[in-house]
Amino acid sequence: MDLKDVKHLAMLARLDIPEEEQEALLHDLTSILGYIDQVTNAKVSAHEIAAPEHRNAVRDDVVTTVTGSNTELLLEQAVAVQDDYVKVKKIL
Amino acid sequence: MIDTKNLSIEKAHAALKAGEYTVRQLCEPYLAAIKEKNSDINAYLEVFDDVMEQADRAQERFKNGTATVLTGIPLAMKDNMLIKGKHASAGSKILENYISTYTATALQNLIDQGVVFLGRTNMDEFAMGSSTQTSAYGVTRNPLDRERVPGGSSGGSAAAVAMGGALAALGSETCGSIRQPSAFCGLVGFKPTYGTVSRSGLIAMGNSLDQIGPLAHTVADTEILHTALASHDPLDGTTVPMEKRTAKKRIETKKIAVPVECMKGDGIEPELHAAFLASLDTFKKMGYTVDTVEFPLMPYSLAVYYIVMPAEVSTNLERLDGIRYGFHAKADTLYDFYSKSRAIGFGREARRRVLLGTYILSHGHYDAYYKKAILLREEITKELDRAFETYDFLLTPVAPMAPFKLGEKMTDPVAMYLADVFSAPANLSGCPSIALPLARMPSGLPASVQLVAPRFEDSNLFAIGKEFERALQ
Repeated sequence: MDLKDVKHLAMLARLDIPEEEQEALLHDLTSILGYIDQVTNAKVSAHEIAAPEHRNAVRDDVVTTVTGSNTELLLEQAVAVQDDYVKVKKIL
Repeated sequence: MIDTKNLSIEKAHAALKAGEYTVRQLCEPYLAAIKEKNSDINAYLEVFDDVMEQADRAQERFKNGTATVLTGIPLAMKDNMLIKGKHASAGSKILENYISTYTATALQNLIDQGVVFLGRTNMDEFAMGSSTQTSAYGVTRNPLDRERVPGGSSGGSAAAVAMGGALAALGSETCGSIRQPSAFCGLVGFKPTYGTVSRSGLIAMGNSLDQIGPLAHTVADTEILHTALASHDPLDGTTVPMEKRTAKKRIETKKIAVPVECMKGDGIEPELHAAFLASLDTFKKMGYTVDTVEFPLMPYSLAVYYIVMPAEVSTNLERLDGIRYGFHAKADTLYDFYSKSRAIGFGREARRRVLLGTYILSHGHYDAYYKKAILLREEITKELDRAFETYDFLLTPVAPMAPFKLGEKMTDPVAMYLADVFSAPANLSGCPSIALPLARMPSGLPASVQLVAPRFEDSNLFAIGKEFERALQ
């Protein structure tokens, strides 16, 4: 891993990390990767991930809320609102 | 004044029922301790303004005969649990002004029994840490030694109970975050079987690992709280239906396995190791056989955890973008809005783990790290399950170190991560585990051991825990 990787990861993760912290992060991440790298040498007998015993737990397919009953409460937390919508900056 | 030092849930309940004191009077010494100590210890981030109203509602239940053992019991809760209308910040600046829009199912289970929540407690940011030093709201001090950390991430909850600021507390654990602060503050801490307690309304760190559990002075208190917290919840698909929570139900063979590394003391502070070895004699006196067992894959547990967890963290924290809720920075473009809001809103450890998770899950690294870790997790679980065919419990120290000084290990993330080395097997395998305090060590610092049991044998941990408590008295 090098500084270029840190910048690229920060872009993918949408984190505007200041230049001076990137060096320190590179140092930390290199050290952590050095520790977790031991798993690459561990021997495992299985090669595919098995489905867990407890799976496909879904609730009954019925409507449980009244439309609009939470709208006001949820919109109170949003940065910008117009009518009943969350307003965002233009994407393109 | 009520003697809160020797109070248990059952004792408090008996006194409330007999009318020896009221719920308000029971809350008073805890509120007084908070007033006296919290400015220095920083266990609580907020004391709720409706404590007396909660107390009055609880009192009413004693009058109308609907009180249960938990009615009127004053508790602290970790800052990553939601109660509708109250703040929940998960120790992060990005959720500084967040107000919960619903109540966590596990907490609702307690509210239904009329508990009194005194306030929300400090924690490592998004539960990422082992010392409560990564919170955006300052460090929490250990009430047993104020120059030392209380452990983490549920350090605020542990400190709240240890300083006499609550009868018991709720914490959450992804890897050791209940058991290790309990050990650092001389308390009992319980991490339940994964899938017994609903995670709905618990701010997620690692979904395949997170569970809510209690921290308290006695095993009986943790049992009462866990029993009330546990439920099958349609809002959390990973909660296991009650009829499928099958266990042996009793301790059959009275056999305990100790990993060979713990017997030898590899990487464990000598004083702690001596305390651990001495505890083995107590278990033997209780009639248990203690065997040294080799677990070839167990030493990989922490590395596996530090792959699975950041992968889940980076995915979970994606939702915090400053748009629907949470901190937001000023910016001209959408990209800058996201990246500035997140960079300012997240602290250093959160940023570190998001980047690490992004790296682990990216093309070219997924197979080497994430997939390998998932396969190893499965095999570590099987290795533990095989041991449980012969043994009832696994026994280890809670952490390899005693409470360390504030500021220590903050510049070396791997040294900090090692605090969780004995915690990881229970979290990876979903097994329940309990941390039990020992006598103080000659240095005056607290020491603890932890037992792990097969999945859904939570009740056996309470049974042996109570037996151990009696043996130490």
